[in-house]
Amino acid sequence: MFKLIKQLTSFVAMLAVLFAFSTETMAAKKSKTLKNTQKKGFVRCGVSQGLPGFSNADASGNWTGVDVDVCRAVAAAVLGDANKVKFTPLSAKERFTALTSGEIDVLSRNTTWTLSRDADIGLTFVGVNFYDGQGFMVRKSSGITSTNQFKDGISACTNIGTTTELNMRDFFNSKGISYEPVAFEKADEVVAAYDAGRCDTYTTDKSGLAAQRTKMSNPDEHIVLPETISKEPLGPVVRQGDSVWEDIVRWSLNTMIEAEEYGITSANADSMKTSDNPAIKRLVGAEGELGAAFGLDNEWSLRIIKQVGNYGESYKRNIADPGILPDRGPNELWTKGGILYVPPAR
Amino acid sequence: MKFRLLAYLFFFIGFADLFVKIFYGNIFSDLTEDYYEIANPILVFTPVIFFSIGGIFLKESKVSMSLENFGTTRIKYYSPQFICLSLVVLIFLFFTFNAQMNMENRGIDFGFSFLQQEASFDMQFSLMDYDGQDPYWWAYVVALLNTLLVAFLGIIFCTIIGVIVGIARLSPNFLIRNTAAWYVEFFRNIPLLLQIFFWYYAALRALPLPQDASPLFGVTYLTIKGYYMPAFLWNNLNVFVYSVIAAIISIILIRYYAVKLRDTEGKQLPVFYISLIILIVLPALTFLVGGVSLNFEIPVLKQLSATSYIYDGGIAVPPELIALTLALSLYTATFVAECVRAGIQGISKGQKEAAASLGLNTNQVLKLVIMPQALRIIIPPTTNQYLNLTKNSSLAAAIAYPDLVLVFAGTALMQTGRAIEIVSITMLTYLSISLAIAALMNWYNKSIEIKEK
Repeated sequence: MFKLIKQLTSFVAMLAVLFAFSTETMAAKKSKTLKNTQKKGFVRCGVSQGLPGFSNADASGNWTGVDVDVCRAVAAAVLGDANKVKFTPLSAKERFTALTSGEIDVLSRNTTWTLSRDADIGLTFVGVNFYDGQGFMVRKSSGITSTNQFKDGISACTNIGTTTELNMRDFFNSKGISYEPVAFEKADEVVAAYDAGRCDTYTTDKSGLAAQRTKMSNPDEHIVLPETISKEPLGPVVRQGDSVWEDIVRWSLNTMIEAEEYGITSANADSMKTSDNPAIKRLVGAEGELGAAFGLDNEWSLRIIKQVGNYGESYKRNIADPGILPDRGPNELWTKGGILYVPPAR
Repeated sequence: MKFRLLAYLFFFIGFADLFVKIFYGNIFSDLTEDYYEIANPILVFTPVIFFSIGGIFLKESKVSMSLENFGTTRIKYYSPQFICLSLVVLIFLFFTFNAQMNMENRGIDFGFSFLQQEASFDMQFSLMDYDGQDPYWWAYVVALLNTLLVAFLGIIFCTIIGVIVGIARLSPNFLIRNTAAWYVEFFRNIPLLLQIFFWYYAALRALPLPQDASPLFGVTYLTIKGYYMPAFLWNNLNVFVYSVIAAIISIILIRYYAVKLRDTEGKQLPVFYISLIILIVLPALTFLVGGVSLNFEIPVLKQLSATSYIYDGGIAVPPELIALTLALSLYTATFVAECVRAGIQGISKGQKEAAASLGLNTNQVLKLVIMPQALRIIIPPTTNQYLNLTKNSSLAAAIAYPDLVLVFAGTALMQTGRAIEIVSITMLTYLSISLAIAALMNWYNKSIEIKEK
């Protein structure tokens, strides 16, 4: 009986789909997240509770940062306006639950891509928007210039619930140094405790160290040691099971990086429509039908470039200009000696 | 009769609805897709709504039926209870299945096998040997011990401070009485989390760095990195422990004998002084003849870098534990003090005067007449305060003390992503600790309450 009802309803639903087919594309029909986002009129994006350069709110509540720009790019592509984003600040502990429970649709919160996270807990990483590595910060006055000078009994402040805690253990174990981990829930508490002298060293991703250093009472008293003890590819994450939405987020990020590769900026994007290079023309929507695969119009990538800018512009605006990490290091394009390399948009 | 039929109809619809939801899922999901955000919360609760409407009709029918002669009293008595119970069970089942369905949809599996996996994170402070290679369940045990440690220390200190302050509030001395009153009013009216932050961040900043610390009691050092104490290195510890046990047994025997002596011959033995002497002399003898010896491992300053020092050797108490114990015991002590004051003031003055007129001295009046009666008033509300302290110890997560919430419901939850499993384990653990404390205190309360013949 109930099976019959179920079959009947699904038959009716199928009919409805057939009727609706002429107005809506298949992709939009398949992606619940895309449909709901378009219905609501904003992208629900999870960010950090304040990490300068990545996701940080100013006094009037405007969010800026490279992680924030990924969400803005998605909003520009899907809704046509990069400002139609609702940001939810999340702690390291809350972030995955918020995403899997459907409270947010994109998690762009300096999250390290690891096997267990990707495969185990219902998440899908869509790419890398920042190549990072874990480092150590010490007081300049301590005279330490390298991790080789660490001695038994050193106390290290860090955050709970991150890969940092695990890397730190691997590092100290491999060096045979006994250490005292002091792990806090919030980044601000870690900084306060390290600043007060509770710990000899503060360890997290190097970009985070550089950003938090600007928040300290006297930034010049602290240095970041040159050693990098881990690989930390940071990138946006989406829920498993909505491959269209996953593709939209992935290609929004890829578009920003590829635009830089071809020299398309927010200023010259419109004029690039008449370019001779077909790859550029595809990126600004003057050629091909790239948006159709996601259920978007053809100018989705042009809007990203015009409203958010390419990756280089985003990096310069958020990370290089405030003096957090002026040197792009591995986050330079592959053509310029870095490792940023994205599949072609065609 | 109509009402009863309606009630049964609604119960049936509720059951059918629940049945469909559990075994077939949301059969209207295709239709409600467009407005699922509004529809889903309502759809989730429809069985509950049906059941409550049925319940209202049943109640109505009961009221109208009570005028007629209907059924047996046994059915009348048991049917509402049965319905209540089945409702509770069904609601619980429904939420379980709902969670399971959602987890399945989102590709999250449920299970406790992760407890066997390697934890691979370190802990700052543990009472038992713990290393990152140990499995998650061992990390859970170690974190639980840390929680129990801070709860135990907090309960001891808050009882001591609370009793002293509670009695001080009744002191005839103006200064003592008012100081105690100010303490109580001040500490109990500031949120606990703020107090923890104060003790950790404000008081911690005021402490000296290890190299600048001057010794406290000669060989201990209170620094920003913790409290360093000498460690005890025992020889023949077992002989010493046996001697203490022997001393305790002989004290119990002497007390028994003293009571007997008082009852038969009316003589009073100075039991307290005799017990004290036995407790000191017997273990001390083992040092002289039993080959027991005690050495101290005194903490030594060690340089880590140009400006960074620690103390090596001895016992190191982390500042997080100190701050947390201090905050918890000072906060809870104010409530215990009020319980103590209430207990003492709850005894009528006549009791004291009657005891005095029997010729008992002040100590005896307090010990034999006032306290036994006051304890009956003090114990039950104090039990509540102990439970509060234990539950409040979960605020440790704010200042990096590795307790159950920080380590297990924090790091372990993050590393495994098993939110439902870990949170339910943690909740059950706190429930068990609280129930155990309550059971212990109830037992003690039973033992001191009036024995009626």
